[in-house]
Amino acid sequence: MSLLGHINFLPKKTVSDSYRGVNIIVYRILIYSALLFWAFLCLFPIYWTITTSFKTAVNVTQGHLIPWVDFVPKWIGFRSLGLSPETFFQISTVRDEFVKRFVNSVITSTSASILAVMLGSLAAYGLSRFEYKLGFIKNTDISFFFLSQMILPPVVLALPFLVLYRELALLDTTIGLVMLYGLMVLPIVIWIMRDQFSTIPIELEEAGLVDGLSVWGVFLRIVLPISFPGMVAAFILCLVLTWNEYFFAALLTSADAKTLPVMVASQTGSQGINWWSMAALSTAAIAPLAIIGVFLESYIVKGLSTGAVK
Amino acid sequence: MTSTYVGTDHIPPKRKAIGQAMILIATILLVALFITQTLFKAGNIAAGFENWRPVLYAYLIWSIALCWGITLIKGERGHRALFVLPAFLFTIAMVIFPLIFSVYISLHDWNLSAFDGQKFNGIDNFIALLEDTYYWNSMLNMVYYLIAILFEYAIAFGLALLLNAQIVARKFFRVVFLMPLMLSPVAVSWMLGKSLMEYRFGPAASLARQLGWESPAFFSTPEIARLSIMILDAWTFIPFMMIMLLAGLQALPKEVNEAARIDGANNWQHFWNITFPLMLPVSITATVIRIIFKLKLADIVINVTSGGPGGATDTVTSFIFREYRDRSNVGYGTMMAVVFLIIIIILMTALLNLLNRWMSKVT
Repeated sequence: MSLLGHINFLPKKTVSDSYRGVNIIVYRILIYSALLFWAFLCLFPIYWTITTSFKTAVNVTQGHLIPWVDFVPKWIGFRSLGLSPETFFQISTVRDEFVKRFVNSVITSTSASILAVMLGSLAAYGLSRFEYKLGFIKNTDISFFFLSQMILPPVVLALPFLVLYRELALLDTTIGLVMLYGLMVLPIVIWIMRDQFSTIPIELEEAGLVDGLSVWGVFLRIVLPISFPGMVAAFILCLVLTWNEYFFAALLTSADAKTLPVMVASQTGSQGINWWSMAALSTAAIAPLAIIGVFLESYIVKGLSTGAVK
Repeated sequence: MTSTYVGTDHIPPKRKAIGQAMILIATILLVALFITQTLFKAGNIAAGFENWRPVLYAYLIWSIALCWGITLIKGERGHRALFVLPAFLFTIAMVIFPLIFSVYISLHDWNLSAFDGQKFNGIDNFIALLEDTYYWNSMLNMVYYLIAILFEYAIAFGLALLLNAQIVARKFFRVVFLMPLMLSPVAVSWMLGKSLMEYRFGPAASLARQLGWESPAFFSTPEIARLSIMILDAWTFIPFMMIMLLAGLQALPKEVNEAARIDGANNWQHFWNITFPLMLPVSITATVIRIIFKLKLADIVINVTSGGPGGATDTVTSFIFREYRDRSNVGYGTMMAVVFLIIIIILMTALLNLLNRWMSKVT
C-alpha cells in the first residue's frame, strides 16, 4: 500500500489523529531513508567497480565518480582484458587466460552443484521417508553424520587433501576440485531438501505404491517433479558458494584447473593505480552471479528460508 | 509407509549368492590393490602403480558393487538403502578417511618441499603449537570476529523488519539487499578493501578525511584493521542472516504483524515483548549457521591484509594457509588445523547443548 493510501484510510480527523498522522509520516520517512541508505551501501561498491573500469589514472586519483559528468568513460579497463569492442576480435592472451579461468569456474561450480544436489536429494529423501538401522546407527545418527559436516572448517581438510591429491594425481585437476566442492555443499543440500520432502504429503506416494510403482518409481515419477523447485533453490545456493570459493582452489590448483577467484586474487597483489583493469576483472567475475541474483533471487530466498523456518 | 513392506518380498537364494559374490570380489580387489600399492610405495615389491589413482578406481568399483549387491541381497530394503548409500560412501571417502589421515600427518615432521620426506616426530608439533603465540593470537582474533556476529545480527534483524514493513518496491529492495551475498569475497576484497578503502584515492578514505579523520588508514593499525575486516565480512554476510530472519518474520502469525503496523508509536515495546521472543528459534538457527560460516573466514583476510599488521587480522584458517604457502610445512599446519577442529567441536557441542536446554526452558 502506498504512502497516500495509508493516510487516506485513517478515520475522521481529531487532534490526536492528526498527531498520529504526522507520526506515521515521520515513521514512513524514517523507514524509507533507512531502506535507501542500506541500498546505497549495497550498490555503491558495485557501481564504483563498474565505473572504475572505465576510468583513466587521472580520474582515479582525482576521485571522479559520475561518468559523463565528472569524467569521460573510456574502454580502458576492458581493453586490458581484451573484452572491449575494438579488441574483441583481435587476438588477446589476457582474454584467453580470462576465458579459460571463467570456463573452469563454470564447469567446476555447476558439476559440483549437480553432484551435491543429486547425492544430497537422494539421501534427504531416504532419511525423510524410510527407517534405517545398521547396528546401533539409526536415522537421526545418519542425519547428524551428514549435517555435522557443516561445522568442519575447510582448513582441516585442506592439507590432507593436498597430500592425498598429490598421491592420487588429482592435484590441479577440475575433477578433484569438483569432488571437494561437492562435499562442501552436500550438507547444505541435505539440510534444505529434508525440509522440502517433509512438506510433500505421504498419501501421494502411497497412492503411487498402490498403483504398482517401486520406491524408486515413486521417487522419480511423483516426488521429483513436485520437489523440483526446491532442488533448483538448493542448486543455486550451491552455485553461489562454489563459484565464489577461493581457499581450496588457491591451494589445490596451479595452472590447469585454476578458477576465476584465484585469478582475481593473483592480480590484486600488483601495486600501482592500474585500477581500471582490476575493476574490469572484478566486474567480469561478479557479473554472472549478480545476474543470477537479480533474476533468480526468489530461489535463493527460498533456499535460505527453508532451513530457517520449520 | 515406513515399515509395511519390509521383508515381504521373497529373494531367490541364487540372486542372493550373486550379490554376495559381487561384494566379496570387489572387496578383495580393493584390499589387494591397497596392499600391493602400499608395499610398492614402501619399496618392498617391484611391481606397482605410479600413483594411487587405481586404488581410487577400486574404491569406486567397490562402492558400485556394494550398492548393486545390496539390492540383490536385500531386495526392497536394498532399494531403500540405495537412497542414502551413495552420499554415505562419498562422505566416508572424502571426510572420514582424510580426517584419519590428517591425524597421521600431524604427528610427522612433514615438509612438502623437503627432499627427505616425512619423519615421525610424535607430539613435537603439538608442543611447538602450544608455544606459538601467533597461533593463539589468531585464535583470539576468532573470538573478536565471533563477537562481531552480534552486531551483524542486530543489523540483519533491523533490515528484515524494514523489508517486512509495509513498503513499496519490496522486491526491489530485497534484490538489492541480497546482492553483496552473491559477490565473490575475493572480488569484494579488491572492490572494498583495496580500492574503496584505499588510503590515497579511495572514496571511503576521502569521505573519512572530510569527516575529520586526518589519516584514514583502514588497514595499518591493529584495531582498525580488524574492524575493517569485520565490516567487509559483515557486508557480504548480513544478507544471509537477513533473509533467514525475514522468512521467520513472514512465518509469524498474521495478527502479530498487523498489530505492529497499526500502532506505529508503540512498535518498540511490541517488538521486545512479542516479536522478538517469537523470533528466538529462527534467530538461533541463523546465528549458529553464521557462526559456522564465520569460523571459515579466510579469503578476505588473505587477500586484503594477509593477516597483518602483526597478525592482528589473522584468522586460524588464513594463518595456516600462510604457514603452508611460506614454509610448505604440512605436518605442523595440519596439527594446528586438527587442534582448531577439536576446539570447535567441543565449543559447538557445548553451545548447542546449552541452547537446547535453554530453549526447552523458555518455550
